[in-house]
Amino acid sequence: MSATEFHRPELVCPAGTPAAARAAVDAGADAVYCGLQNATNARNFPGLNFTEEEIAETADYVHGRGAKILLAVNTFPPAGKFDLWRGAIDLAVRRGIDAVIVADIGVAAYASSRYPALRMHLSVQAGASSPEAIRFYCEEFGVKRVVLPRMLTVSEIADIHRQIPCEIEAFVFGNIGMMAEGRCSLTNYATGVSTNMDGICSAAGDVHYDEDAAGNLTVRLGNFVLDRFGCNESAGYPTICKGRYSCSARTEPYYAFEEPVTLNLSALLPDLMRAGVTALKIEGRQRSRAYVKAVVAAFRKAVDDIGAGKEARLADLIALTEGYRETEGAFRSKTWR
Amino acid sequence: MAHSRPAIVSGARNAPPFLLDIPRRLLSIVPLVVLQPVLDRIATHVARSRPRLFARLGPHTDKRYLIDPVDLPFVLVLIPNSAQPFLKAFPRDGKVEYDAGIAGRFINLLTMIDASLDGDALFFTRDLRVVGDVEAVVALRNALDDCDGSIVDTITGAFGPLSGPAGLALSVVRRMTAGHRPV
Ligand code: SF4
Repeated sequence: MSATEFHRPELVCPAGTPAAARAAVDAGADAVYCGLQNATNARNFPGLNFTEEEIAETADYVHGRGAKILLAVNTFPPAGKFDLWRGAIDLAVRRGIDAVIVADIGVAAYASSRYPALRMHLSVQAGASSPEAIRFYCEEFGVKRVVLPRMLTVSEIADIHRQIPCEIEAFVFGNIGMMAEGRCSLTNYATGVSTNMDGICSAAGDVHYDEDAAGNLTVRLGNFVLDRFGCNESAGYPTICKGRYSCSARTEPYYAFEEPVTLNLSALLPDLMRAGVTALKIEGRQRSRAYVKAVVAAFRKAVDDIGAGKEARLADLIALTEGYRETEGAFRSKTWR
Repeated sequence: MAHSRPAIVSGARNAPPFLLDIPRRLLSIVPLVVLQPVLDRIATHVARSRPRLFARLGPHTDKRYLIDPVDLPFVLVLIPNSAQPFLKAFPRDGKVEYDAGIAGRFINLLTMIDASLDGDALFFTRDLRVVGDVEAVVALRNALDDCDGSIVDTITGAFGPLSGPAGLALSVVRRMTAGHRPV
């Protein structure tokens, strides 16, 4: 691919803490995305995320190095609790955030009417996967970029690109669930805590690990056993969508939804760029800064190599993957499982 | 479908075993009565120099964390209370009360708290074990990960007369593992 065939995509990187944000920018991120320490974002995990003061400090650091800071306000406010989400949007404006990432139409309406100059991205949690849906958000709320659900092939992305007036951001690395973003209620069913409204999938307080003397690991979420790993088996996240279940129709326990595996689209980067993807997103605000540093540096180099007309050589990231396995998910073909 | 675990994917996977073993060997020979004053100093020093760490822990600052370096003859109990930090070594064969526990090889635990290794990756490969209150463990992991610089350097600095050899051994291990590890 020649350097003239595409625009240099923005590398959008996760930051669960201020230290991770600095690590991401130092490793070559064009933008970092983060969240507040409450239910307004979809990684509302213990010990993670930012206070207002940390947002301000991080914005200074990021802007000082020519990068951008985005705030994920991408959960759905339950009835009577809208103030928290309104407050998050106000904070973003107060602290000079470059764009907010929203999912709920009420939050989008508030942001666009109160702060027309605030740049808005549509979160993957909105699950907007058709040109009609995306155009609605652009026309009604002035959305400038859509983060596409991970259920589309590259050719479908190219097709959508031709029909929408906004930029496209696509995930290229990290955790994937069932690709029903913003609509998954599995955790809610099992624990009463909502991924989409509380921002917590598989609340750590409901996760239990029991390892027997032989090293076999049983993973439970609330009252449900999600998996039992043999002593030599690699493990995955304790989420229902990655669980392995027994049922009468099967002789062996099986992955009913998705397997413990990590999305890695490094081989498809030139195709994604050709399809019109403006920004490449790395998942993992819940991961360490060691992960952030390694993955961002690897993708920075790959994107720059492609931009220079060279073949991208992506560093081996397999050691960071879930289940020690990678997938291209639906991006190459819908029949990946 | 079962996925078999790779032989080892820890940060120290390819470094010469005798080098990786230096810090562990040093600590193995230190009697607990000598180690304890150093642990007290580490706890006080970290509490003073890293106040944000405790803010991130939220409701978990009074939890008893068991830190189990499985290849050392002792385990540690940490209560990360900024006003009264507690870090104490117990013989491995004794009975220890705890709310939440993390177990792994000493070098993996060390490189993880030093933010050089990813805790999730260690968990996926079963090089890290988590027991008890998972929320408390996640909070501690995230709080430690936000610490700038090297928390391990802070810790080795508190070793008193052993700081020199401990720091030297660690820097050798870091150099040897850096070229080999994926993160
Ligand atoms: S259970 Fe899986 S698909 Fe559902 S929210 Fe959690 S990670 Fe996503």
